[in-house]
Amino acid sequence: MTLNLKERRNKTGTVLVATGEINSETSGAMLQTLLPLVREGRPLRIDLTAVTYVSSAGLRTLLVVYREAQHAGVAVTLYGVSEEVRFVMSATGFLDFFETGEAAAAEAKVKARSAR
Amino acid sequence: MTEAQSEQVLRVDAYPTHEVGGYRVRAGKPFPFGANVVPGGVSFSVFSDQATSMSLVIYKRGEPEPMAELEFPEEFRTGSVFAMTVFGLDHENIEYGYRADGPFDPVTGHRFDARQVLSDPYARLIAGRDVWGVEPDRSRGYQYRSRVCLQDFDWGDDTPLGIPAEDLVVYEAHVRGFTRHPSSGVTAPGTFAGLREKIPYLKELGVNCIELLPVFEFDESDNPRSNPETGEQLFDYWGYNTVAFFAPKAGYAATGRYGMQGDEFRTLIKDLHAAGIEVILDVVFNHTAEGNEQGPTISFKGLDNATYYMLTPEGYYFNFSGTGNTVNCNHPVVRNYVLDCLRHWVADYHIDGFRFDLAAILGRSLDGTPLPNPPLLELLAYDPVLRHTKLIAEAWDAGGLYEVGNFPAYGRWAEWNGKYRDTVRSFLKGDPGITGELATRIAGSPDLYSSRGTSASVNFLTAHDGFTLADLVSYNDKHNEANGEGNNDGGNDNASWNCGAEGPTDDPEVNALRTRQMKNALAILFTSQGIPMLLSGDEVARTQQGNNNTYCQDNELSWFDWDQVDENAELLRFTREMIAFRKHHRELRSTAHPTGRMRDSLGLPDISWHGERAWQPDWSQESRLLAVARCGTGDDDVVYVAMNSHWESHDLELPALPGGRSWHLFADTGAEAPYDIRTPGAEQELDNAGKYLIGPRSVVILVGRTNDPETTGTP
Repeated sequence: MTLNLKERRNKTGTVLVATGEINSETSGAMLQTLLPLVREGRPLRIDLTAVTYVSSAGLRTLLVVYREAQHAGVAVTLYGVSEEVRFVMSATGFLDFFETGEAAAAEAKVKARSAR
Repeated sequence: MTEAQSEQVLRVDAYPTHEVGGYRVRAGKPFPFGANVVPGGVSFSVFSDQATSMSLVIYKRGEPEPMAELEFPEEFRTGSVFAMTVFGLDHENIEYGYRADGPFDPVTGHRFDARQVLSDPYARLIAGRDVWGVEPDRSRGYQYRSRVCLQDFDWGDDTPLGIPAEDLVVYEAHVRGFTRHPSSGVTAPGTFAGLREKIPYLKELGVNCIELLPVFEFDESDNPRSNPETGEQLFDYWGYNTVAFFAPKAGYAATGRYGMQGDEFRTLIKDLHAAGIEVILDVVFNHTAEGNEQGPTISFKGLDNATYYMLTPEGYYFNFSGTGNTVNCNHPVVRNYVLDCLRHWVADYHIDGFRFDLAAILGRSLDGTPLPNPPLLELLAYDPVLRHTKLIAEAWDAGGLYEVGNFPAYGRWAEWNGKYRDTVRSFLKGDPGITGELATRIAGSPDLYSSRGTSASVNFLTAHDGFTLADLVSYNDKHNEANGEGNNDGGNDNASWNCGAEGPTDDPEVNALRTRQMKNALAILFTSQGIPMLLSGDEVARTQQGNNNTYCQDNELSWFDWDQVDENAELLRFTREMIAFRKHHRELRSTAHPTGRMRDSLGLPDISWHGERAWQPDWSQESRLLAVARCGTGDDDVVYVAMNSHWESHDLELPALPGGRSWHLFADTGAEAPYDIRTPGAEQELDNAGKYLIGPRSVVILVGRTNDPETTGTP
């Protein structure tokens, strides 16, 4: 299984859409794509909607990106995490490190409600 | 350039020097042992003293046949260590093992068998039993496959908690059994992740240490027996048959099928620490899953049988463990292996301590005789990495060595106090002639641990091995028929009493007595000096239906039934308040054994003994009533515990209190709930200050304090 990466830029930041599996074979290329984007300093959203599996090495790669972004002061959000991937990330503790799009959206809703 | 980038340096050893079997390789580093990811490849290092040749066998993950077999060139051998770095391996998608050739001569201890592929003794992950209970493919030649593991978990600021031993409240639990029951309501029942979801329960209960039954990789399917009544398959449920000492059990992880059990277990530990709960592992170094000469060859047997096992002069296995083989713990190589293993769990998993199964074996010499100064025990006591971990011995073995009170401690080792268990059980039953020994046990067993302090004594009444607390008061005899061994397994000397009916009953009087007896046991346990240990589920009256050896029962006999949290809320509340009470009173946790000397500030001794009459304990053979009053350094209040195992009530004369203090009732197990126990600090002042009627088979706990609870008690 390969991993396809597509980059899209909009006004608020950069979106990287990943399709396939993130594992030890594919994560090296993903890291090479993501690190330059982090260094650009624009908010980065990683869209995992079409990612079916993230291996142990894949999770570590995502965390490396996140740590690099923290150093650079760049916001990184994971978006579209499937139920299975979310379960694995939760059970192994990786989910605790990341901002996920769903959580951010839910938080925004709560804030909107309380503002009324 | 970021920090991570700046640390990337080119290394000379990142380049291959040889080619073996089509793979680019170079000599590896002998240390550390095991498989370690290095720049460009993986370094493999394995010890065998007598092997004439060694090959690294590599599989693509899950494939039945190897993708490569690389013999170690002679120049890659340093001493008796074979080490090789293989370049270009996808470490995540391989499994590996070793093929060792050498002499097969059991009389000299050697059992090399080049037909076998062997697990790495240092494997940090094992594949082959990824999901609990899935029937393995036994046609495969290599069952327990070593895997490479990255060791870069992000611990944040987590470190072992370092809770003083005397402050511990230990909760002994089984990873799978704790949440496997359908009532658990967790996302992934029976796993590390499931246990993690129950941390709030543990925190609310008040325990600050969880002791886990074995989590090192074992094979639950290695039990050939079935239940004679139902025909159901029996398992090796407890897991005291280690296959790989450095690997967490994949079948205990919701993510084991992805090989992520290491991260899942670390996440559990990290969150337990965040909740103020330490983690102690029950470790089994006395034997392995390889059994005797009839057993399978998995790892040690084929790599270096004569080094790793104690052997008779004829080459048979000594069996001090009762399970077939005995690890040669005081062999210099094996000592280092045990040390490396424990360091791994402390450094890489942040484990806080260890309970050593049948630890008396760790003090035996190479021929089995007990050593006066066992080098392994000394090594573990002084090791820099293990320096602040808890070391707890089960200070006996199946070879008849019983060292409770005599275990070589080096100022570090604590012990499961079997004598505490036996004495308190006997007292609870109402046996005569016990009060004298009961006093010794609840004061921290000074007869056993005079030079080591009270925290050398781990006090317990029940453990995984034996009756649960509910069964202790419901059965006179064990009922192990479901184990398929004709009820011949498990201990016979249980000091249990069924309270008038064997097993479940509708008799309200019997059931009320059972509840009271459980509360009596908990009240004594949590007011005794020494480290209390509670068996998981005893706080909600978990039953095993009289089975006192559920090692093979992966079913409702063993699992924690979460419906009982509501059904037995009365007992749960009692347990919570007792644990809270212990935390509230430092005198119960004093590390020094009490001496009876007078405390100047209060005009009372640190400990005093009483009977029906204050200051007049009855030590006679027929006495079944004992009361103890404690006041300790740093506390201004007095704790009085009266224990009555007599079937009649007694009028207690209470000792007079100094300094405007009066007696306040904390617990009376003879009272109906909710009046059986209070919240610490909210005890009710007694109307009749000088007397208290203790009911039959009851425990009463009073606190002597002023009426301003804010000024008394030291948490």
